[in-house]
Amino acid sequence: MKIKNILIYSIISSFFLLSLISIWKILVTLQGLKLENFNTQIIFILGFLFSFLNMFIRERLNFIVRFLFFALIFVYVDGFLINKLPIWYNIGIVFILYFFVSKTKKYNSKFLNNEHSTQLILFDFLTLFGIVLFSFVILFPFYMMLVTSFKTQIALLVNPLDFSIDFNQDLKNLFKSYFVIFTSYNFGKYILTSTIVSLGTVFITLIFAIPAAYAIARLNFFGKTFMSTSILIIYMFPAIVLVIPLYTVFSQLGLRNSISGLLIVYTATTLPVAIYMLQGYFKSIPKELEEAAILDKLSWFGIIIKIILPLSIPAISSVALYVFMIAWNEFLFSLMFLDNPNSFTLSRAIQYLSGDAETPRQYLMAGSVIVTLPVLFIFVYFEKYLVSGLTAGSVKG
Amino acid sequence: MEQKLSNSEKRTAYILTLPAVCLVFAIILFPIFANIWISFKEVQLKDIRIPEPRAKEIVKTIPDEQNKIKIVYKLRNSSLLQEIRNVKFEDKFPDNFKPLNLDERCNFKKNKVKCDFKNWPAKYRENFEIIFEIKDSAKIDKKDLKSSKPRLSGDSDNILLNTNFTLKNFKKVIFENEFVDLLLTTFYYTFFGTVGSILFGILTAQMVNQKFYGRTFMRSVLLFPYVAPVVALAYTWELLLDPNSGTLNSLLVNFQILDTPINLLGQKYLDINILGFSFKLRLALTTVIIFEIWRYFPLAFLFILARLQAIPKDLYEAADVDGASPFQKFFKITLPQITAVISILFMIRFIWNFNKFEDVFLLTGGASGTRTLPINVYQQGFAISDIGMGSAVSIVIVLLLLLFMFFYFKLLGKRVDEN
Repeated sequence: MKIKNILIYSIISSFFLLSLISIWKILVTLQGLKLENFNTQIIFILGFLFSFLNMFIRERLNFIVRFLFFALIFVYVDGFLINKLPIWYNIGIVFILYFFVSKTKKYNSKFLNNEHSTQLILFDFLTLFGIVLFSFVILFPFYMMLVTSFKTQIALLVNPLDFSIDFNQDLKNLFKSYFVIFTSYNFGKYILTSTIVSLGTVFITLIFAIPAAYAIARLNFFGKTFMSTSILIIYMFPAIVLVIPLYTVFSQLGLRNSISGLLIVYTATTLPVAIYMLQGYFKSIPKELEEAAILDKLSWFGIIIKIILPLSIPAISSVALYVFMIAWNEFLFSLMFLDNPNSFTLSRAIQYLSGDAETPRQYLMAGSVIVTLPVLFIFVYFEKYLVSGLTAGSVKG
Repeated sequence: MEQKLSNSEKRTAYILTLPAVCLVFAIILFPIFANIWISFKEVQLKDIRIPEPRAKEIVKTIPDEQNKIKIVYKLRNSSLLQEIRNVKFEDKFPDNFKPLNLDERCNFKKNKVKCDFKNWPAKYRENFEIIFEIKDSAKIDKKDLKSSKPRLSGDSDNILLNTNFTLKNFKKVIFENEFVDLLLTTFYYTFFGTVGSILFGILTAQMVNQKFYGRTFMRSVLLFPYVAPVVALAYTWELLLDPNSGTLNSLLVNFQILDTPINLLGQKYLDINILGFSFKLRLALTTVIIFEIWRYFPLAFLFILARLQAIPKDLYEAADVDGASPFQKFFKITLPQITAVISILFMIRFIWNFNKFEDVFLLTGGASGTRTLPINVYQQGFAISDIGMGSAVSIVIVLLLLLFMFFYFKLLGKRVDEN
């Protein structure tokens, strides 16, 4: 057994343990526990000692005993001796240690004699560390958004580290921010506008895109290749470049501050994506079905309605979900075209709300939760359809 | 017969694609040409409102005379700059109304007052009065009178349609707009954002490509930042990074990593000393770039993951037989397999980041050294209200992008030739 490999393994694994415990400590601090340092050295030394010793005692003692032994020492030193922390903190630590010890199971002396063992260990621990870190970094802002919307202004200012939700208060108090933004800030209307605009965009886009996609997928005509390549180029085109001309033209036509103006722009910007996705799917439908229909003297319109549509329900629904999400999330055009609070969409309304420095943050966050929830819900629920579409490059942003 | 069929096929194809093509042409291609047109003009935001004749109706009762009523129209030209020609006026009144002192420019027919006010110069104002006699004065409903609004019409020049062109806007963009700084900021933002998101995309894709418990869940979680609305995310981050009561600063201070909170979004420079080298980090710009990476690495992740899953397993098995280390496997097998995806991703993300407006706008509004070209379009066009300048900046964006694409494809073509 190479002592060098054991040392490297011990260092890497104790770094991993250190990062796990540090993240736990951050989470605990955010629940209102007073913790002022990470005690990095002590945790590192303990982790190192354990990993090192583990190599020698693993054959003699079974897993449970090793884990309990290690957990007890750890909790005693870190939890009671140094920080004097409550029991639930230490239970968390025990769980982390269980996870850690079970992950180190496979690194026995045979493994460490492997030629590339250090690289393998590094890869394994980096993966584990990456999973923990990325989940934390990504979920944390969402978690913060949700928790802040349940807090009061004073609680936010007094202790910005306190992320616990007090469930003992009555529901009306807990959801106060939501009540306020619906009653005094008119969010019901904004939700309605956003829904109308998004659903309208979906509807109009599909009506325009299905025939066009069918023509590109199936029919031969002059300019077909040009059209299918230009779809992609148009899709890449920057929205910010369109803003000024559209603003001037829309002001002169009186289309600003109107839902129809937004509908026109959203439809035009989502059309290329929709056509691109749909024509790809239409091409995969066997041609024989249509040939039979042509012999039956069915018109092109009939073919689309009777044959293509029923066969491509999954593709059409995933395009619809995308277009909905794009329209729902859209901000640039709603910022430019809407300046009358009566016609605001949700995104624009939240931005408008934040423009007033006096607006309490919990209202802003409650609004953010409201605008985020439908999208995340759609995404998680229909993930299977959506991910394949995402790789087709469909959500611009 | 076949000829006939293909002709009808062509016709159908044009009918089917026409609506979509027209709409895309009107909303996406037309504005691009319009932008070129506007960028050579001196147009302010206030000029694009077409001058309108306006009238505000005030109903006044005349004391001691019950059967008379005075209606005052406050007439004005809405424009401060342009005249309106041939202003026509029309208003309808109830049957029992009869005008007493009708202006000579007007006539009264079928309960309607029609006037011809000729030309109104810019800033024109007039109080125009009519006194009516009412046959049965029993009830005059003021609200009812006001509800019939006067109709006005007139001709005016549209400043956008005349043919006065100037190069002033472009001169101003390049010489009076801190152009170099603007370009550099945009470049930093775009480049580091793109590279960062691709790097994190590779990392996370490599990670999720391994087998572990909760992998599908992890995959959807990683996509959250990409699908959630930018407004919500930007404000959450703003709250997180706030110097006074933000969570991040409080955490850092609490764990004694920082002595005093730092304003991550509001401080332009941060002095950094590493091993005796001191340099100035553009702090707010860095924060904005980190947000950008956080929000857009999922796209890279997804593309790369899809590619990774398509790599044949026997490649790795062969490498195992040869005794390759994990790093060798990554650099010799995985990386060459994903370079094509990465080069496409680089182009897509570079173009989109170059035009990214919302993220920076919501986080900093372009303050403290985060003013990128798209932000400048907005500032020029809507904050300073100089539409012509805004257009000129967006033309600059398009030109730079075309330049980028030209060189990128040239470089890509060369590399393809070499292989």
